[in-house]
Amino acid sequence: MAEVTFTPNLKRHVDCPTVEVEGATVAEVLARVFAANPRLRGYVVDDQGALRKHMVVFIDGQQIVDRDRLGDPVGPTSELYVMQALSGG
Amino acid sequence: MGADTDTLLVSTRKGLFTVTGRGAGARITGASFVGDNVTLALADRRDGAWYAALDHGHFGTKLHRSDDRGATWTEIATPAYPPRPEGLDEKDMWGRQIPWSTKLVWALEPALDADGALWCGTLPGGLFRSDDRGGSWAIVDSLWHHPLRPKWSGGGADQPGIHSICVDPRDPRTVVVGVSTGGVWRTRDAGATWTAHCEGMTNTYSPPEQAGNPEYQDVHRIVQAPGRPEVFWVQHHCGAYRSGDDLASWQPLTIAPSSFGFCVAVHPTDADQAWFVPAQSDQKRTAHGRVVVARTRDGGQTFTQLTAGLPQEHAYDLVYRHAFDLAADGDQLAFGSTTGNLWVTDDQGDRWHTVSQTLPPIYAVRYV
Repeated sequence: MAEVTFTPNLKRHVDCPTVEVEGATVAEVLARVFAANPRLRGYVVDDQGALRKHMVVFIDGQQIVDRDRLGDPVGPTSELYVMQALSGG
Repeated sequence: MGADTDTLLVSTRKGLFTVTGRGAGARITGASFVGDNVTLALADRRDGAWYAALDHGHFGTKLHRSDDRGATWTEIATPAYPPRPEGLDEKDMWGRQIPWSTKLVWALEPALDADGALWCGTLPGGLFRSDDRGGSWAIVDSLWHHPLRPKWSGGGADQPGIHSICVDPRDPRTVVVGVSTGGVWRTRDAGATWTAHCEGMTNTYSPPEQAGNPEYQDVHRIVQAPGRPEVFWVQHHCGAYRSGDDLASWQPLTIAPSSFGFCVAVHPTDADQAWFVPAQSDQKRTAHGRVVVARTRDGGQTFTQLTAGLPQEHAYDLVYRHAFDLAADGDQLAFGSTTGNLWVTDDQGDRWHTVSQTLPPIYAVRYV
């Protein structure tokens, strides 16, 4: 199963511990995460399901390419990190 | 519940603050969401609920509700756009695809035709309705699919938005919304059909033959006079207007020191009394080096500049469209600036009192 870890900055707003879920793509993995934690969805993706503008997902250290449909493949033991840019003040 | 004219909600870049007391006695007495960007708040006088809109930037816009006057908050649903039709090519005037996703909650008002119902205006231009106190939202399809809607445009923001929602005191199924940029729209059937009402408005940033088009009118703020609901006041990007004939036509107003600004308020019973906060100009979006509130008591024929208690030198405060409010008693007003100054009055603006000079940039003020 893939392991999904979320940025600590997100944990201030919504509880999102590291979880292990199955899925062959980022979309499948996140769909399972959001099914168990519905409030988290709107913090990571927009109304159309695309990754929010300043969010980023890494799979085994590589940034995903398909930000709109989240079709990047996920391996059976992949590590995913859901992170965000730092900006503002 | 009713109005609590001695309590004010102040939405800022770094939190939501509660002010209690009148005039010189007004003090900051509470704070919620400290550190977070609170863009708008509403106190629903029907059930006492407070609503706060937060913009987390990377993490998007969120809505929260408090049923204990800000002691505790619960995140509720955020208005979400329906799935964008596959293959839809819908570009804005800059050639960019129009996003079908909530960028900002820009207006929040009670829908007075049903208990617990709310209207919500958003960027990029969708109007939403909730019938369960924000537990769920549905987009108003008739306005979102109106053929002129894709012609609305962003100005200060990248996308257009609905910033003002006026529920008609004569009939709660009649609702007027203001769009920047996109004019004034009214439904008489609770959102089933919509008509633009911009006759007499004009802008100076379009070619002459398009200067009167409703979709190009940059209405910054619109308010309806509760005491005489056929009267509306508008602060427009290119001037100020009043309609006294139920939106059939608009008449331009002349305000000193300028007719540019973002906000307007109207008295709860006397439709001829209104207040504006003039900024210098479209080209120089600051105060005139001094902070001035303009008040009319004769339906816009003449305006008095109110300055007592306000800084009159080296002040460059800008007052956003939601950062000016009038209490239900008709005597108290409050406004806050991008510089973090907050002023109140309890005598209709004859004398202003400084509540704080050190708040974060203020986006909205609203009496409970």
